[in-house]
Amino acid sequence: MQTTNVTCVICPKGCNIEVDHENRDGKEVVLAVRNNKCPRGYKYASAEVVNPERVLTSTVRLAGGTYPRLSVKSEHPVPKTSLFDCMREIRKVSVTSPVKMGDIIIENVAGTGINIVATHNG
Amino acid sequence: MKMNVNVAVIGGGPAGLAAALECRKNGIDNILVIERDKQLGGILNQCIHPGFGLHVFGEELTGPEYAQRYIDMLSDTDIRTMTDTMVLSLTLQKVIRAVNTTLGVVEIHAKAVILAMGCRERTRGMLRIPGTRPAGIYTAGTAQRLVNIEGLMPGKNTVILGSGDIGLIMARRMTLEGAKVSGVYEIMPKSGGLKRNIVQCLNDFGIPLHLSKTAVEIHGRERIEGITVAAVDENLSPIKGTEEYVECDTLLLSVGLIPENELSRGAGILIDPKTKGPVCESGFETSVPGIFACGNVYKVYDLVDNVTKDSVLAGRYAAEYIRSKSE
Ligand SMILES: Cc1cc2nc3c(=O)[nH]c(=O)nc-3n(C[C@H](O)[C@H](O)[C@H](O)COP(=O)(O)OP(=O)(O)OC[C@H]3O[C@@H](n4cnc5c(N)ncnc54)[C@H](O)[C@@H]3O)c2cc1C
Ligand code: SF4
Repeated sequence: MQTTNVTCVICPKGCNIEVDHENRDGKEVVLAVRNNKCPRGYKYASAEVVNPERVLTSTVRLAGGTYPRLSVKSEHPVPKTSLFDCMREIRKVSVTSPVKMGDIIIENVAGTGINIVATHNG
Repeated sequence: MKMNVNVAVIGGGPAGLAAALECRKNGIDNILVIERDKQLGGILNQCIHPGFGLHVFGEELTGPEYAQRYIDMLSDTDIRTMTDTMVLSLTLQKVIRAVNTTLGVVEIHAKAVILAMGCRERTRGMLRIPGTRPAGIYTAGTAQRLVNIEGLMPGKNTVILGSGDIGLIMARRMTLEGAKVSGVYEIMPKSGGLKRNIVQCLNDFGIPLHLSKTAVEIHGRERIEGITVAAVDENLSPIKGTEEYVECDTLLLSVGLIPENELSRGAGILIDPKTKGPVCESGFETSVPGIFACGNVYKVYDLVDNVTKDSVLAGRYAAEYIRSKSE
C-alpha cells in the first residue's frame, strides 16, 4: 500500500487530502481517502491517484496569419503521463491560414483518442 | 485626418470590447475601438491556458477562446475597430491623437471616451536587484508573449523570481516546450499564486518553489549566467550567510501588475495613488465627465469574468452620459 498527498484544487480551501492506494494488476486502486472536507474532494483526489488528467494547451506554427503561432488545446483532458508525447506531436505541426476556432488541428493526439483543436481564428 | 465619433474606446482587450458592445446595445451608434496591437483581444491572446469564462459563459475557456467570442460578437455589429493604431494623447475635451501606418496621425473627437488600456508589468528597475544588466531577463508576461504569440523561446535554463500566477503558468509553459525551469523563488512566506497553479504548473513537473528567498545579485556580462539567491528574514531583508548561486540563462520576473495610465495622466484625470487607477466616484466615470475607465486600467483584476461584468456597466453609463447630453 502507498499513501499519496493530494492538494485539492476544486475550491479555494485547498484541503490536503491523503489517499491510500495500491497497484493491482497495473491499475491503481483507492483504499481510503482522508482529510477531504467534502465529497468533491474525494472524487478529485481519487482521480488524481488512479488516472490524473490535464487539459493541454500550446501553440502550433501558423503560415499566413497575423502572427506566426496559433493557440490550441486538447478538446478533453489527456492523461498526465502523455503530456510530453502530445507536445512532441504538436511541435511537428504547421497549419495555414484561414483556421477557425474549434477546427481540429491533430486527430487522436499521441494515441490518446483526444483531438487538438484551435482556440482562436488564425 | 479628423474623425467625429460618439464613443471612442481606447484598448481592444476584454474590457474595451465588452464596454463597446454594451454601448451599442444601449442604442448608441458611431462607436470606435482603437487598439495598438494587430489583433483585438488584449492580453487574453497570450494567455493560452484554460481558466477563463466560468462565470460569464458557464464553461472553462482558454484566454484566446474568450477573446474570440467577443471579437465574433463585435463583428456582428456596426462598431468600428482600428487595430495597429496607437493612441498618443487624450485631452480634457476628449480629443484623441492616434497614429497608424496607413492613415498617419488621426485626430478623433469623441462625445464620450472609455479608457480600457489594461495594465503592464512592474519592471526590474522598480525592483532594484544589484548586479550586472545582461540580456536574458524578461518579465513573465513578455516571455509569455514571445513564446505564445511570436513563437520564440527566451532561453533553455530558467529561474523565475516571484510566484504570481503568470510566473507559475510560464514555468509550466517553458517546461512543456523543453526548457529546464530550475526553480521559483518567492520573497514572501506564501505564494501569491492560485493553489491550482502551484499544483498543476509546479508540482506536476517537479519544479521546486522556494519561499522566503529572493535574488540578491545578478551575474553575467553579455547574457545572464546565474543569480545569487538568499533567504530573507521577517523584514524581507536577506540573511547573511544563506547566499547560494543558481545557474541560469534566463530570468523571468513575475512581480505584479500596475494599471497603464500615462494617457489618463496626460489628460489631467485624477489617479488614485493606491490603486494607480483613475479615481472614479460612481459609475466608472473618472474625474473628467464623459471619460470612463474599466478593466485593468481601472484596477488590476484577477478574473477576466469580473473585468467583463464591470466593463458592461461602464459601457452602460457611457451610453447614459451620451443620451443625457443629447437631450
Ligand atoms: C498574464 C496574465 C494571465 C492571466 N490569467 C488569468 C486567468 O487565468 N483567468 C482569468 O480570469 N484572468 C486572468 N488574467 C486576468 C485577465 O486576463 C485580465 O484581467 C483582463 O484580460 C484585462 O482586460 P483589459 O481589457 O482590462 O486589459 P488588456 O487585455 O490588457 O487589454 C488592454 C488593451 O489596450 C491596448 N492599449 C493599451 N494602451 C493603448 C494605447 N495607447 N493605444 C491603443 N491601444 C492601447 C493594449 O494593446 C491591449 O490590447 C490574467 C492576466 C494576465 C496579465
Ligand atoms: S475537499 Fe472539498 S472543501 Fe476541500 S478543497 Fe476540495 S472541494 Fe474544497
